Amino acid sequence: MTNVLVCVKRVPDASSEVVLTADGQSVDGRFAGFTMSTHEECAVELAALVTAAGGGEATALTLGDAEAVEQLRAALAVGCTAATHVVADPQRFGPADVAREIAAVVRDHEAAGRSYDLILLGNDAADSGDFQVGIRLAYELGRPVVNGVTHVSVADGVVTASGAGTDGYETYRVPVPAVVTILEGGVEPRYPTVPGRMKAKKVAIEERTPAGEPTGPNRVKLALPPPVPSNVQILGKGADAAPAVVDVLEELGVLSR
Amino acid sequence: MATVPSTARVVVIGAGIVGNGLVHHLARLGWTDIVQIDKGALPNPGGSTGHASNFIFPVDHSREITDLTLDSVRQYQEMGVFTQSGGFEVARTEERMEELRRRMSSAKAWGIEAELVSPAFVKEKVPFLEADQIIGAFWTPSVGVVDSLRAGTIMRESALEAGVLTVVPTVEVTGLDTEEGPNGRRRITKVRTTGGDIEAETVVIACGVWSPKIGDMAGISIPLTPAVHQMISVGPCPQLEGTEGEISFPIVRDMDTFCYERQHGADMEVGSYAHRAILHEPEDIPSIEQSKLSPTEMPFTSDDFDLQLEQAYELMPELLGAEGAEMRYAINGLLSLTADGAPILGESEVSGLWTAAAVWIKEGPGVARAVAEWMTQGWSEIDIHHSDIARFHAHQERREHTRLRTTESFIKTYGIVHPSEQYESDREQRLSPMFEAQKKLGAFFYETAGWERPHWYESNAHLLDVYGDAVMPREHEWDARWWSPIINAEHLRMREAAGVIDLTAFCIFDIEGPGALESVQRTCVAQCDVSVGKVIYTPVLDARGGFKSDLTVMRLGVDHFRVVTGGAHGMADRKWFTDHLVEDGATTLTDLTNDISTIGLWGPRARDILASLVTDDVSDSGFGFLSCRDIDVHGIPVLASRISYVGELGWELYVSMDQAAELWESLLEAGDSHGAVPVGIGVYGTTGRIEKGYRAFGAELDAERTIIEAGMQRPKVKAADFVGKQAYLAQRETPPATVLCTLTVDDHTSASGIKRYMLGGEPILTRDGGTLTDGHGHHPYVTTAGSAPSLGKHVLMAYLPVDQATVGNQLAVSYMEELYPVTVGSVDATGLFDPSNERIH
Repeated sequence: MTNVLVCVKRVPDASSEVVLTADGQSVDGRFAGFTMSTHEECAVELAALVTAAGGGEATALTLGDAEAVEQLRAALAVGCTAATHVVADPQRFGPADVAREIAAVVRDHEAAGRSYDLILLGNDAADSGDFQVGIRLAYELGRPVVNGVTHVSVADGVVTASGAGTDGYETYRVPVPAVVTILEGGVEPRYPTVPGRMKAKKVAIEERTPAGEPTGPNRVKLALPPPVPSNVQILGKGADAAPAVVDVLEELGVLSR
Repeated sequence: MATVPSTARVVVIGAGIVGNGLVHHLARLGWTDIVQIDKGALPNPGGSTGHASNFIFPVDHSREITDLTLDSVRQYQEMGVFTQSGGFEVARTEERMEELRRRMSSAKAWGIEAELVSPAFVKEKVPFLEADQIIGAFWTPSVGVVDSLRAGTIMRESALEAGVLTVVPTVEVTGLDTEEGPNGRRRITKVRTTGGDIEAETVVIACGVWSPKIGDMAGISIPLTPAVHQMISVGPCPQLEGTEGEISFPIVRDMDTFCYERQHGADMEVGSYAHRAILHEPEDIPSIEQSKLSPTEMPFTSDDFDLQLEQAYELMPELLGAEGAEMRYAINGLLSLTADGAPILGESEVSGLWTAAAVWIKEGPGVARAVAEWMTQGWSEIDIHHSDIARFHAHQERREHTRLRTTESFIKTYGIVHPSEQYESDREQRLSPMFEAQKKLGAFFYETAGWERPHWYESNAHLLDVYGDAVMPREHEWDARWWSPIINAEHLRMREAAGVIDLTAFCIFDIEGPGALESVQRTCVAQCDVSVGKVIYTPVLDARGGFKSDLTVMRLGVDHFRVVTGGAHGMADRKWFTDHLVEDGATTLTDLTNDISTIGLWGPRARDILASLVTDDVSDSGFGFLSCRDIDVHGIPVLASRISYVGELGWELYVSMDQAAELWESLLEAGDSHGAVPVGIGVYGTTGRIEKGYRAFGAELDAERTIIEAGMQRPKVKAADFVGKQAYLAQRETPPATVLCTLTVDDHTSASGIKRYMLGGEPILTRDGGTLTDGHGHHPYVTTAGSAPSLGKHVLMAYLPVDQATVGNQLAVSYMEELYPVTVGSVDATGLFDPSNERIH
């Protein structure tokens, strides 16, 4: 039996033109909408697979404003069975603050009899890209940590985490309890099912206030890079363009002559 | 960066289903040098067409929308992009079954095959539906789905192949230039875009949810709002695996939950109109680059959909809960909504600037054809006056109005809407001077053109005892909804004594100047070159000889005419007269609607009442029928006009707004001893007029009807030219294809024993239920239904086939799927009540 805690963050969804909020402190999701980071979608999928394989419960956790409950419900719809919401303005929390808040939840749950063998996070958040929460959390809890893997499984008290490394495919084995941060690409996150979504709606979500005062992200301002000049090349018009298109497709390896 | 041509004969803005349909039909009708632009890339530039569900249920309670839909289906079929699937509208409640029976009326009236079927029938065609969730269904075999993007491409390419079209995608409109014309009206001159400017005298705004933003650039209001329609796609469903083509199962509209389920390959799409109204401003729609999917596929807000998900699951648990079936696509799709639900079509107040917006896939190609015809010849085969952009009054052009009304009506998309149902939001926009006094009288207000109009007065409830069963009480809640027997009591009292009626909602405009006579002569069928002080009732025709309007004109001076017309259609009439004004720089049209109030006084005691308040001679010889003049009533200056829409002796009294309340009080006070009461529009608009066989524009009269068919021809046609004269002369020489008749209901008793009263829209059939067809291929339906208390009958008006139009002919009306016997009472404009018109003298 493996209990998994998977941490997710409400972030703006992707669009080809990034829109910033007026204060330059964050990406504006009013057009593209909000989601959880792709890395975290994979983490949720792995949490569902790990608990399905070995039994146990997958709990989703977020720190965010009232709307972030949407991301918890999304996690609940695809395999998580419990959720905790630290209700707070995420803009006021830096990575060290978030790590401390997650640790506080883990300790409180443990004290209440719910311990986590495995804590999964995304490698980095899609909006702020701090790359810090996982390792700070592991340090805070005194647990081993593996960063940036695409696969994870648990058997006999050992977490096996693997993924592409700089020198080839790497596999790590660490004892439970452990912290692992996930990169997208290893698993295909499932879409919610209708019954899954209906079930998710009915789960009572634990709401908490932050355990401490945040020190803040110390972010000065986000700025957009200069627009990338269009590199569209017109290969031709009508039937005359066909040979050029074939060349491109061959170059891409889609077809061979 | 794409660049546009510097000139064009016509610029079409938008490449969705409407814009593409327009370029096709304009090309077909002989237009050349057409330029079509869109800010997106082709074939899917990112508007509402790109994410449409693309299914078509043909039956609507509106004839106009149904005809546009049928024409669209025909066009889609010709293009080979229509796949017939059949469709069910399922009922979970008895109330809905009754609505489906009413839908049968519309299906029969519009000639569309449909039937009411059992849950087992539905189950046989849709095996994954839980039959015990429903109690019946409305089955339309001709329902189908279309490929609207492919249709758009086919239509656009047909114009390209004809060599008359230049298409420029990925350019955005940045401005519309106008200039002042000689008649004071602005006209369009130029479209500015990110790819250069195009000089053009004709421009069509056909860009769906963005249209208001583009309209603003020329200072015109296109009052639609982008609104969210949520939909999800669930699959792959094993039950749907192996299906081939576009669609294999009938579409199910789950009417009571405002949802639909539409199979698409191995997926089931669930769409909803049940969620809260989620409205956006056109300016807040993201650009293509800012959107995740497309500008009109907004992020799905799952909370809003949760209830619908459960309801859809109730209906199709095994399919939607199947192993492996996931919600793979979910959007808040943007579509266009208007305050009254109708599209926004036609030329705006800026000459040459046209609109074709708030159109759905089911009407798209039909609308495109109609608008192209209108642009080409001034009229369209299908009458589209309900959708005319000229219909909007100032208060309706506010975004606030659209927002409030669509918030209220969104939930009615699949709702059961009574034909007389009134809006609750954005009321009291225009108040007659008598409003406060009327509230004290317990007026029940209906709204017309923003005006609050008393439909009846609770203060007259005591008359119910006076008249007893003569008020024709209605037992059934539906028949009596938005109605009161007090209307009929007021009617009887008016016929017995007199009634005072507030007609402030009239649209009134003066045409003055050296070209005034010519302006009204060329617009009106009736002779307008009459003596000063004469009142003219006249049809107004389009070039085809169909009705544009019917209204009254008073000649107040040699060069001064006053046009009085109904509030609902008044703005379109004003545009028509403006369009036909003599352009001599000196002849003007002035709208006096907000300056003049009108009060009607009618009934056998009307003359006694008026005489007690004036010093003038108001006898028949001193103040003849169809004459008007200034008099003082109780010291108040009034323009009195001896005319009647209720068939009684009396006057319309035109009075300055600030003195109207005083006039109202003095008329009621003077009338009291004569038995006069305030009378509502229930009498004026329905009971009083239909007893007299008076026609109403929008009900009996529209652009698809002729003077001959309506039985309104006069012995002579004036020598002066007028719009539609050639057509009218030809109509007079040809036997009509259909004849407007007045019928009475012989027996109201339904199978349950409850007496039922038709409300309008029902099909007229042979006595044994057989279909009737007129010379146009149309089936007769009730254009107006209402009580005729003075006859003790319920009266229906309908256009019948010529061979059925004989007095005494026995037919039937179908109401809620039961037949009631009716008899033809009149086959021309002769009233059933006082047929020799003695009472008006």
